[in-house]
Amino acid sequence: MKEMNIYITGVGGQGIGMLSEIIARAADYAGYKIKAVDTHGLAQRGGTVTSEIRIGYDIYSPIIEKGNADLVIALEKHEALRGMNEMLKDGGTLLWYDTSWQPLPVRLGETKEVSEKDIEFEALSRKIRNIKVLDKDLKESRMQNIVLLAHLIKNRLIEKIDENICKKVMKELMNDKIYSMNEEIMEKTT
Amino acid sequence: MINSGKFLVQEEPFSEIVIGDTAIVRAMVEAGVKVVTSYPGSPTPEIGAAIGTIPHDERPFYFEYSTNEKVALEIAYGASINGHLSTVFFKSVGLNVASDTFVQLSHMNLIGGMVVVLGDDPGAHSSQNEQDNRHYAELSYMPVFEPSTPTEIYTFFKKAAEISTKRKMPVILRLTTHTCHQKERVFFDGWKRKEYDFSPKFNVSNGPYVPVASAVFPLKRKALEKLDSIRFSEECRFFNQYINNGSSRGIITMGTTYLSLMELVKNISDKPDILKLGMVYPLSEEEILSFLKSHREVKILEELDPCLEKMIKALAFDNGIKCKIVGKNKISDFIGEYTPDKVREIMSECWSDIFPASTFEKKDIPVPARPAQLCPGCGHRSAYYAIKKVLDENDIKVGDIGCHTLGFLPPYNMVQMLMSMGASTGIASGLSLFNKERKVVCFLGDSTFFHAGMPGIVNAVFNKHNITLIILENGTTAMTGHQEHPGTGHNFDEETVALPIKDVLEGFGIKNITIVDTYQQKKLTEAVKNAVNKEGFSVVIAKHPCMLKFAKLQKRKGSFIQRHVHVDKETCEQIHECLKFFGCPSFSINNDMSVTVNKDLCIGDGSCIQTCPVSAIKYQ
Repeated sequence: MKEMNIYITGVGGQGIGMLSEIIARAADYAGYKIKAVDTHGLAQRGGTVTSEIRIGYDIYSPIIEKGNADLVIALEKHEALRGMNEMLKDGGTLLWYDTSWQPLPVRLGETKEVSEKDIEFEALSRKIRNIKVLDKDLKESRMQNIVLLAHLIKNRLIEKIDENICKKVMKELMNDKIYSMNEEIMEKTT
Repeated sequence: MINSGKFLVQEEPFSEIVIGDTAIVRAMVEAGVKVVTSYPGSPTPEIGAAIGTIPHDERPFYFEYSTNEKVALEIAYGASINGHLSTVFFKSVGLNVASDTFVQLSHMNLIGGMVVVLGDDPGAHSSQNEQDNRHYAELSYMPVFEPSTPTEIYTFFKKAAEISTKRKMPVILRLTTHTCHQKERVFFDGWKRKEYDFSPKFNVSNGPYVPVASAVFPLKRKALEKLDSIRFSEECRFFNQYINNGSSRGIITMGTTYLSLMELVKNISDKPDILKLGMVYPLSEEEILSFLKSHREVKILEELDPCLEKMIKALAFDNGIKCKIVGKNKISDFIGEYTPDKVREIMSECWSDIFPASTFEKKDIPVPARPAQLCPGCGHRSAYYAIKKVLDENDIKVGDIGCHTLGFLPPYNMVQMLMSMGASTGIASGLSLFNKERKVVCFLGDSTFFHAGMPGIVNAVFNKHNITLIILENGTTAMTGHQEHPGTGHNFDEETVALPIKDVLEGFGIKNITIVDTYQQKKLTEAVKNAVNKEGFSVVIAKHPCMLKFAKLQKRKGSFIQRHVHVDKETCEQIHECLKFFGCPSFSINNDMSVTVNKDLCIGDGSCIQTCPVSAIKYQ
């Protein structure tokens, strides 16, 4: 793998920052050079929040060109469609968690909610690998990010990034209690 | 666990994955900065957050969040003329607030040195404009250094501090949103705690420090001489970088624009030469001239305004240089961040033979927009919901800076204009002149009240303006990440005197003040009704703690009780008051028009319960 662009998207409060930090650090441990950037500031209040990670050897900017992401990870349904449409390459991979945080125009009855079919249709028409994730037994929604991480590992979506590296990073970033809760999810899935 | 509070003051060299805002704190430590001040504003409050991870007694410098940027700058100045190396940091528009003192700085002999760190926001990610603060450099005779990466933030800060201390002059380190928030592995040097003489070294003989009459010209001369000494120094070469690809075409660029450009250049075969400037004011004339002379055509690639372009074109003119210089061509070149996409667009138009245009065509798929929202449980939501009931469509509503600005969105539409910190009361007063038919209401947050809100209020009292001010008090500086302010009773490190806003207003001689908790929506509606119907200046303090902060603190303490409301299907008549008027993001609409509560979002505050006309919202 020469270079890989990962675009993570969701809504402020879903734990995108942590997911991004784990992936970036895991890639660093795996020997790649990384550049990353998260949304800070205003948008964190319930707006679309994104994180961009660029992995490779000859990397300069943390920002991915439109339509140039190899992998889009979405923590929410609407953001999955938006992220795929704006950032993902034809033939890329979309990994998304099946939950809906309705945006304002939907709640006001001005537009329709995005459906799974919308995503499937688009993915199919652009030869995008579409991986939907849902853990019905998950008690704490804030751990959906780790469910996605576990599926990322299971599907080997990033070369050289495996369970061991991710666990090592998680241990560095989480306190013991949070770590063991997340470790459980990882082990259940991978 | 990785702990930035530990590694930031670690004595051995190390490397760590950090954002620029963290890297700069290590640079402050190593450079021997003794006083750091700020007022929070994106993209820089993460610098304060990183400082906060260092335990107070291990922090090798003094830090405070001051009441506004001007005060912060003045504290850093005071410290510097007392012999301490100081740093002040704030966001782009913060410099407008600080400017009155800022423009004088270079006239003064800063015996301790001082680095002014500016967080500009190209792309206006979290600002009301994307002003280019490089313009201030010319106005204030200060050099500007601009890094492109966290590594450069770290190295440039240290070098900038050295230049500042050596010449006893202020210098600017200009950051942008995507240098501040960019993340990479940075390699840090070692550092040793040293004995330091804290004795106050202020001495008038280092001055003069009183710029009146005959003192002004010599001070100005000295400021210009110091600036010149940098223009012709070897030191500036530290900041600049020349990439020779053996081309007759060259690009002069800077900042994160350089990173965007390199992403394109690495994939093309006919690579132009690149001169990347890290010292962007004044220019290193020799380097620029030799670059111009050795190229047939030079493109100046810079974000926002054509600051480099004007200087370089003037330099070329004065030196009779024949090289074709291409700057900005159209208005869109002045607007927005120079991301790789934008740079591709510009360069493929400029030199289409070597830079391929983007082939990506975004499909036109309707995805509902997701604007930022007031959080579930936010007291401002209850306030807007309650206040809207009193105001006529035709009444004029003036907003201010802060989370409450989000009230401009539907379903509230309660902020019809926004300008700058603390501006709402003054603007509202202007709108009230000759105006008998339309009521004027303005909003102000609590941190903003202390920052720049008070002069407008005093003026409204002094000149008897007929307006209603609603202070939305949430007990924190919420939008920038919950910093303390003079009303909270706590500063960055310790407990302090709390200044209750009501007492301050009473001190101003305001008679008509009401305080209501915003969750008491009926009472608030009544209070605002009374206030707007009274002739003269009236104030309503609509108070409720920031629930994001409140819930976070409770969770940390382990006292948070997770509760949710639900919509009782039997009782619900699908009036949709909760969705269409109260507008908490926790309410979702289903295909059959029934309403459910998203448990991932609902914090169980219950402020919605009172809004349902048929009492269908209940605790579970």
